[in-house]
Order: sequence, then C-alpha cells, then structure tokens
Amino acid sequence: MIDWTNANYLPWLIPVPPLLAFGLIFLITNRSWWLTVATAITATVTSWVLALAVVLRSVGAPVLGLAAPEHFGANAFGSSTPWLNLGTEQFSLGVAVDPLTVVMLFMVPLAISMIMIYSIGYMAHDPRKERFLGYMTLFAGAMLTLVVADNLLLLFIGWEVMGFCSYSLIGFWFEKESAYKAGVKAFMTTRVADVFLLLGIAYLFAEAGTLNFRDIFFNEAFLEKLAQTPALLLGGGLSAAGLIGVFIVIGTIGKSAQFPLHVWLPDAMEGPTPVSAMIHAAAMVSAGVYLVVRMYPLLEAGADPHHGIYSAPLLLMAYVGAFTALFAAIIAVAQNDVKRVLAYSTISQLGFMIAALGIGAYIAAAFHLITHGIFKALLFMSSGSVIHAMEHGEHHAHEHGHHPHNTFESDKPFDPQDMRNMGGLRGRIPATFWSFLAGGMALAGFPLITAGFWSKDEILAEAWTLGLGGEGFGPAIFVFILLVLAAFLTAFYTTRQLAMTFAGEPRSEAAAQAGLGGPRSMVSVLMQGPLLVLAVFAVIAGFVGVHPDFPLFGAIFSPSGNPFHEFVGGTLPHHPPTLAFNLIPVLFSFVVALGGIYLGYLVYWRKPLAAGQVDPTQAALDRISPAIYAAMRNKFYVDELYDAVFVKPAYWFSETVVSRVLDRGLIDGVLHFIARAATVIGETFKRFNRVVIDGVGDGIPQGIGAFGRWFRAIQSGNIQQYLLMVALSVIVIGIVVFWNLVR
Amino acid sequence: MNSPFPVLSIITLTPVVAALLILLLPRTAKQEARLIAAAATGFSLLLSLFVFFNYNVDFANAATTPEQMFQFQESTPWVEALGISYHLGVDGVSVPMVLLTGLASFAGVLISWGIDDRPREFMAFFLLLVAGVYGVFVAMDLFVLFFFYELAIFPMYLLIATWGWKDLREYASMKLTLYILIGSVIALVGVIAMYFVAGDATGTYSFDITHMMTVAAMPNSPFDAQVLGIDGLTFARLWFPFIFIGFGVLAGLFPFHNWSPDGHVAAPTAVSMIHAGVLMKLGAYSALRVGVQLLPEGAQVHLPWIVFLALINVVYGAFIAMRQRDFKYVIGFSSVSHMGLVSLGWATMNMYGMTGAGLQMFSHGAMTALFFSCVGMVYDRAHTRDIPSLGGFSKKMPWVAFAFIIGGLVSMGMPGLSGFVAEFPIFMGLWDAGPTIALNVGAWSLNNYYGVIAIVGVLGIVVTAAYVLRVVQQVFFGQFNEERYGDVGDVTVLDKAALVMLMAALIILGIWPGIMAPMIESGVRPIAQLLLGGA
Repeated sequence: MIDWTNANYLPWLIPVPPLLAFGLIFLITNRSWWLTVATAITATVTSWVLALAVVLRSVGAPVLGLAAPEHFGANAFGSSTPWLNLGTEQFSLGVAVDPLTVVMLFMVPLAISMIMIYSIGYMAHDPRKERFLGYMTLFAGAMLTLVVADNLLLLFIGWEVMGFCSYSLIGFWFEKESAYKAGVKAFMTTRVADVFLLLGIAYLFAEAGTLNFRDIFFNEAFLEKLAQTPALLLGGGLSAAGLIGVFIVIGTIGKSAQFPLHVWLPDAMEGPTPVSAMIHAAAMVSAGVYLVVRMYPLLEAGADPHHGIYSAPLLLMAYVGAFTALFAAIIAVAQNDVKRVLAYSTISQLGFMIAALGIGAYIAAAFHLITHGIFKALLFMSSGSVIHAMEHGEHHAHEHGHHPHNTFESDKPFDPQDMRNMGGLRGRIPATFWSFLAGGMALAGFPLITAGFWSKDEILAEAWTLGLGGEGFGPAIFVFILLVLAAFLTAFYTTRQLAMTFAGEPRSEAAAQAGLGGPRSMVSVLMQGPLLVLAVFAVIAGFVGVHPDFPLFGAIFSPSGNPFHEFVGGTLPHHPPTLAFNLIPVLFSFVVALGGIYLGYLVYWRKPLAAGQVDPTQAALDRISPAIYAAMRNKFYVDELYDAVFVKPAYWFSETVVSRVLDRGLIDGVLHFIARAATVIGETFKRFNRVVIDGVGDGIPQGIGAFGRWFRAIQSGNIQQYLLMVALSVIVIGIVVFWNLVR
Repeated sequence: MNSPFPVLSIITLTPVVAALLILLLPRTAKQEARLIAAAATGFSLLLSLFVFFNYNVDFANAATTPEQMFQFQESTPWVEALGISYHLGVDGVSVPMVLLTGLASFAGVLISWGIDDRPREFMAFFLLLVAGVYGVFVAMDLFVLFFFYELAIFPMYLLIATWGWKDLREYASMKLTLYILIGSVIALVGVIAMYFVAGDATGTYSFDITHMMTVAAMPNSPFDAQVLGIDGLTFARLWFPFIFIGFGVLAGLFPFHNWSPDGHVAAPTAVSMIHAGVLMKLGAYSALRVGVQLLPEGAQVHLPWIVFLALINVVYGAFIAMRQRDFKYVIGFSSVSHMGLVSLGWATMNMYGMTGAGLQMFSHGAMTALFFSCVGMVYDRAHTRDIPSLGGFSKKMPWVAFAFIIGGLVSMGMPGLSGFVAEFPIFMGLWDAGPTIALNVGAWSLNNYYGVIAIVGVLGIVVTAAYVLRVVQQVFFGQFNEERYGDVGDVTVLDKAALVMLMAALIILGIWPGIMAPMIESGVRPIAQLLLGGA
C-alpha cells in the first residue's frame, strides 16, 4: 500500500497538478476563461509550493518534520514503480530528488508560475486562450516530470512531450503560415536530435540493463568497463561510453539549439511571448542542458578533464558549445527584432553552459543554468510587455487617425517587434524598463550585483585555470578565448537592445502612444508583477555561488565554502575539486562586461538612433565590406544552406528517386512488365491454341468434312467423267501390275 | 490448457453465422443488416476481451511442451486420413492480435453505417473477411491456417472491386489478390514439404503446429537434415525464405509491398481499416508462427539479410509517404514503413526486439485503423483526398483532427503512446543483437551491422514526423475553403465512438504497457529460445 505520509512519494506529486490541470482544462473548463485561469494557476502554484517544500527539506530546513539526509547525492529520496518488462530486464519509472534536482526545483516552478500569471494578462484577448493555458500546463507538467525523473526513460518521456507542446505552442497562431512552419521546424529539428538520443538510450540500456541514474553513475566498475568496451560501430577508438555519450550530446544539441541544430530557436519567436519565455528559460532549452549535466558521470567515463584527459562527448561539448556561444553572439548584434536578439542570446548562453561542461566545469554549468533560467524568463516576459505596449500604442494611434508605419522599409506592414520602431519607452512603461534593465544587466554580466556575473565568472575562472592560467589544456584554452569574446559581445548587444528600446525619443507613433493601459489596469499588474519578482532573483540569485576567497563578497556570502558548489557537488559520486581563487579571470569578467556595456552606451545610448538612421554598427562594418553585416543579419545563411542541402534534396529524393523511379518506376515497372509479359504470353498461347491445338482438334473433323466435300465431287453423274476415271484407273492398275512383274 | 467453452470457435464463427443471417434478409433490410453486423462484431470483441483478460501469463511462462504454450485450445479431428484437425488455440502473440481484430472490425462496422449501396452484401462480405482474419490468428493447424488465410482474401477482392474507389478498384483488387495468392501458394508449398518431411521422419503425418514444433525440437530434426546433396544446405535453410517471404508479401515486405498502398487506397474505409490494421499482421504473424518458429535454423541463416529488406521498408515507405498528394496514399505508405519495423523486430531474434514487434503489430493495427477512419471521414464529406486542396478541417471536424493527431503522435513514437513502447524495444533489440549476429555469404562475412541498421532505421522515424505534420498542417489546419466545403458537417456519433475506441487502445497501451507486454513476452520467449539455440 502506498503510504502518502512518506516523503519519498512527495516528488511524484510535483508534476501531477499541472498534468491534472491539462486534462481538466481540455475536457471540462475549456469554455470558461476564469475557471481555466483558476485551474492553471492553482496547479502551477501547488507544484511550486510542493517543490519549495522539497527544496527546503533538502537544504536542511525542518519541513514536514523531515531533516536533510547524509550524502544526499547517493541517498536521494524518491520511489519507483515497474512499468515495462522486457526479457529479464525491468523498466521502472520513478522519481528521485538529489541536489541537482533540488536546484532545478528551485528555478523551474518559480519561472513557470510567473510565466503562467503573466500569460493570463498577455493572452487575455486571444480567442483560444483557454487552449493556450491547457498546453502551457502540459508543458509545465512535462518539464517537472523531466526534472524529478530518476531514470533516463521518464526523462525522455517528459522531453518528448515538451517537444510536442513546443510544436503546438510555437504554431499556436496556426492561421499565420510562418507560425505554423516555425512550429514544424522546431519539432523536426529537435526530432532529428531526439532519435539519436533514443538510440543512445537504447544502447545504454542494452549495455547496462537499467536506465536508473544512480544505478549507473554510482557503479564505477560498470562505467569503467563501458569506457573500455569498444563501440559497436564507427570504430576509431570510440568506446561504448563515448558513443552513448555522443548520442546523448546530440540530443542536447538539438534541444538546446546548439550549432548546427540551432536554426529552430529564432523562428520559435513566432509563438506568443509567454511560450518564448517557457521555451527559452524555464523549460525546453534548459532541459537540454539539464540532460547533459545529469548524465555528466557517464559522459566523463574514462576521462578526467581536470587532468587533461577528455572523452569524445566532452570534446564535442567543449567545441560545439564555445563555437555556438560566439557564433550566436555575433548574429545577435545585427538583429533588430526585440525577441530575436534574445533568442540568439539564449543560444549563446546555452553555449556557455555546454562548453563549461565540456571542460569539466560541472558546477559552473549548473549554476549558469539556474541563473540564466531566471533572468532569461525575465527578459522574455519584459520583451513581451514591450511588444504588448507597442501593439497597444499602434492601436491607439489608429484610433486617432494616425497610421503607424515602419521607420524603415515603409512598404511593409508595421512591425511592433522591431526595435527600430521603438525608442523612448522608458517613460511609457517604467516597471518594464527597470525589470528589463535588471535582466539585461544580468545577461551582460554586470559585475558584482547581478546573478549573471557570478555564474559566468565561474565558467571563465575554470576555463582560465584549466587552460591559459596554469594547466594549459587545449580545449580549455579554446573555450576561454571564445567565451571571453562572446561575453564582450553579449554585453554590447544587450546594451544596444536596451538603448534602442528604451532610450531617446520615440521613433514611431506607436512608440509614442505605447502603454499597458495605465499602472492600475489588470493587464498591467498581471504582466509586470511577475517581472518584478523575477528581477529581484536576477539580482540576488548569484550570491549563493560566490567563491569563498573572492574579496569581500566571499567573506559575506560564503564564509564556510561556496554553498552552491558544496551542495550541487554532492550530486556526483566524487565531489568536484574546488579551484583556487584567481584574480585574472575576474578581471577579464570585469573588463568584457563593462567594456561591452560602455561601448554599447557610447554607440547607442548617448546618441540614440534617429528614425530611419542606419545602424551605427552596420555603418562601421560596411566601411570594411557590406557583406559582413549582411551575413550577420542573415544568420550566416545557415537556413538557406539547410534548405539547399537537406530539405530540397530530401523532397527530391523522396519524390523523384524513391516514389517515381523506384516505386512506381522500377518495382511497379517490373510488375507491369510481368503483367504485360504474361499478357503477351497469354496472347501467344491463345494463338497457339487456336492455330496448333485448335488446328489439330478442329483440323481432324474439318479435314474429314473437306475430304467428304471433295470426294462428293466424284459422283457428278457425268458419264464421260466416269469413263475417264475408269480409263485412268485401268492405266494406273496396269502400270502397277506391270511394275510388279518387271521386278 | 483447455477452455470451459469453445470461445475461440465462437469468436471466429459468429461473423460467419451473422453473414449468413444477413444474406437471408430481404434486400430492403438495410438497417437490420447493419445491426446484425454490429452485434456480431461487438460480440466477438467482447469475447476477445474475455480471452485477453483470462490468458494466463504465468502458466504460459511455465510451459515446457508445445501443447502447454497455447491456451483456450479446442481440437476435433477433421480429415483424419491426411492428419488435418480443427485445432484452435492462442499464445501470447496471437491474443493481442485477436483483440485487435475485434477492435478494428467493430470500429469498421460503426464507421460503415453510412454505406447505402447494397449494405447487406457489404456487411456479409465484411463479416466473412473478419472471420477469416480471426481464424488465422487462432489456428493451430497449418491446414486450418491456410483455409482461413484464403478465406480472408476472397471477400477482400469483392469488397474492393465492388465498393472501392472507382478509378482504381479493378486494378488494385486484382493486384492485391494476385500478390497475396502467389505469396501464400509459395508458403503453402513450403508447408507441404514440411508436412512430408516431418511425416517421413516420425511416421505421423500431421499439419498440427504442435506436432511440427515437436519435430523441429527433436535432436537430429528432419528439418535440419541436408537436402539436395549440397553441403550446408539443410531443409530449414532451403525452405525458410520461401515461407517467410511468401507470408511476408502480406506484411508488405519490400519489394513485394506495392499491392498494399494501391489496395488501401482503392478499398472502402472499413476495408482499409481491416486491411492495413489487421490483414497485414496476418502476414507478419504467419511468417513468425510458421517460418521462424518451425524453422529456427533457417531463420538464423536468413534473417540477417532479410533485415535489410525490412530496413528498406521502414525508410523507403516513409520517404514515399512524404511526397504523396493523395491523403490515403500517405497512410498507405506509412503502413509499409511501419510494418517494416515489425519485420525488423523479428529479425533481431531476441526478446527485446520480438516483444517490440509484437507490440508494434497491435499498436500499428489500432493506429492505422484510426488513420484510415479519419481519412475516410474527411473523404466522405469533402469528396477529395487531394491534400493541397483540403485545409482547415479541424474547425469542422475537431474529433477527427484530434484523433488524427493522436495517431500521428503514435506513429512518430511519442512517449506516453503505444508507438513508443513498441519502437523503443525494437531499437534496443537491434543494439543488443549487434555483436551476436553475422551475415555470412561464402567466405565473406559482415559483423556488427545491426547498430547501423538501428541508426538508419531511426531516420524513418524522423521522416514519419515530417509527413505526419505535413498532413496535419495541410488537411486539418491551414486555410479552410468556405466556398467549396461550406456544407461539410461534423462526423456522426458512431464515427466518434469508433475513434474513441481506437484512441483509447493506443493511449492505454502507451501509458500502461504492462497490460500487454508480459503477454507478448510469454509468446515470443519460446521462439527466442529456439533462436538462441535451445535453452
């Protein structure tokens, strides 16, 4: 019997309320907006409260009369139930809470709850808003399932359900073709990666006989063996652990939108903004990084990045992550859509995490995952608030007889998301401005007072220590250089975005009229309240992970060791080493963040863009070659390349080669040939039958008849003819007789 | 283990009796004919549920002799001189198939309610078809198996040729009948050879499957004896390809699959449902039951290359489906693709893969029946299946759109639905089989290639997602043509009932695979043990 007072069952309950709400909304409440809202909010907040209870219990606060266990990572609490038997093996589905889960349970439900509240305001006027909240609750339930899963299979279930939700939500406004296509693109791109993940899971299960995280990670003999078994295929010295790891990393590359599978994420901006916040912060993309963080002991099997020994999956992560971080940051500089800038910044920041994990900076990656989740949710919701205000302004301008038009390409319809149409919004929506500023500074890594600084600094510090600053390992050097450049660009484009949106004078009618309906309107409260909550966390969340030797701050926040490091490190079988404090990477962090912000301030804030003015960055780059900025604007033509290399050939292949030539041509051709040959043979047989067989069969009676007819001619009644016959007969007989006599 | 009453006979013969009853009705009794058909298929469905829930897995797992491996057995001598007996029974592989037949046939009758052109004859032939299908799954005598196998094909021909799509029905019905008949005749020749070889060796001439299994398991089995005086060529090795591929034709095995999309498209909706949903499983099931189970030594030699045909099925079918303009052809080729997964599962020759294949047979059956019913409902109302000219139908028929999306998610292996619990073990089986299976052709040998097959196979899943989403987008979402389809209405209550029934099967199996997996496992375990060489 299930004892519900047992804390081991608590994690099961966390994903249940949103999943239940999903069912309720779709089956029952979908005709009433307020019932739907009540259901969705109750469910997410309940999950949040349950998650908080788990978090507090786990960090030692006395909740429900429970105390934190010893060596929490190995002694995670949870339970499981058998699900599918296969041969001698048994799949169990279960949940478990270990330190990594705890920090995720801190970030995810918080962000989800805020996004849900925000959605109510954002979607209030949409005709299908009930369905929207339904999908959102399913999304939330899937993400929470993924977080509490104690095995790869349940994690994968949550992962895939999220993939489906993202498809439905990105394409939520499916009447718009671009939106639907973006949904399909997101689904298909991640799907390609997912099937590799599925293969990896199948392979792992075939080797391990279990998919339970702790059973695999705490079984060192098995990991050792797996790292020494050569992979089933692809040879080249790859071990079984390496191949499984590579498959898993490919799954993450798709889900977390890393190069070369990053293309779906910017297009996903077609979805309503709360979806973007959900996908880019709380759920989807975080899930990808969470997977590799979760699987780290397996990815690291047989390697030791702290001593310069890398495994294939680690190297893959280091190179792909670092490259993506810089690549996406460069593209972000040239984007004008307020959400697209954030989309590329997400890709770039995820690259930071994955690169960090690749060089063994496990804690730093997990730390950045948490802080990024918070400040990116904040940024997206702020940008949604900006867009909403702009649409409001556009509407308002219309009412007053003005027809807002773009400050550029004026032939196209007005685009409320284009930053070139904005400007001066600071005065119109101040609460949004301050929260956007808090999020933006966290993203830029503004030193000391933002969460983003502390987590990014930790990544750079580890990359420095393992690379240039001492150990000199190649991948760490590579990662450090690329990430420093990316961090600089991040600070630059974030400042650019803030300046173009909020600084200066309004560049369009809509911007001049922008607003959320006054500070006391319901929409305004629902949409800006969550921003303020998250803004607070975007500032303070970093203080849990300060290096103990950091001047001043270390003494205040980490008197007895780095709390985040100590806590999350407990997830692994062996606590990761604490690196000595080093001032040089901190200086780098200071310089790139402040330098980027200052440069952005110089170019965009001090002298705000005028309507129709060419972007100063573009002007500067065009002096070298116009191709550079064009390439950046067009995302280095990756989409066009894929279309030419994969999509068109796949269609051509299936249509021409497979369908027409092979199937209808060759196979049916052979068949039809056989059929035709059979017809010809049949025809031949028919003729043969008629001529030869019928000829014989019919010939005999016909011959007799013909003979009769001929013979009948003898009896003609003509005397002379009879006499002639007689005479002839006599002659013939005579000859015969004579002949015989002669012989 | 015998049943207290001849439940399998009742399941199989109820449709036959109903068909005769219907033919006795006057020509005008259309509604009565439908009611009788619904009652008969519903009754068989209930009994198949009874069999499903009363099948004893523990008993099957403890079985040591062939007789104990089958349950609900009933046996009467039929033609004693030839060793033919009316012997029925089910094991863990066939029980889900019986249930599937029940589901698909009942759903098929429900959605055929609107057929107004000679519904009496339609229902009678449909019931005969259903009886044939049931018969194959419960047959334990090879003669009885062939008897029902052919019984299923004959009404199929008439149903397609008479009630099918005018443009294609004559061509398709002929193509289908010829393909399947030729395949089954080839298999029949093999079975007769087995009959004589087994009879010569033991002195007992019998078509009984348990007898054949006993013979196959004998030391120095006559099936393993050398034939034709060629070194290394045994009876099993010679005949296995004929039997497996002969039945494989009906499972849509490449390159003998082309009857199936044409047949599906030409057939009326209910017949497509039975056809793709159940009939193709007859082929896969018989290939396993007669080919793999009775000639395991041949399977070990030949499946390592037949796996390539199955792989081609998976990828090739999916690619073709992606570029079809005709809604029904998309689903037709998707069936070719998914049946390839079943053959892949058999070819792993291990527990994982074969259990997965068993689950896939059920899952695909219910899924594709669901798909075809959705297609039929759209076609009946829009009068076209041309994908680009449809669009926005989710507004007019939300149930159908929802059902189609559920089916689509199943087909792309979404966890939480039955497709995933079927496909995942198949891929796991492929990995697991990797190191143990090798393909030897003369001195040349190929090792460790099952992993590559798994990798290429998952491509099929990716492409599946592409064509499913394409159809969903273009048919159910997108722009609705108010002018052309303004009078299109929603589906009937019976249609919805059929959709719900099939969806329920897919969802229940997806969330709780434990309801079926152990049963299938108990059925494939003895077969897997044969393939591993005894144990």
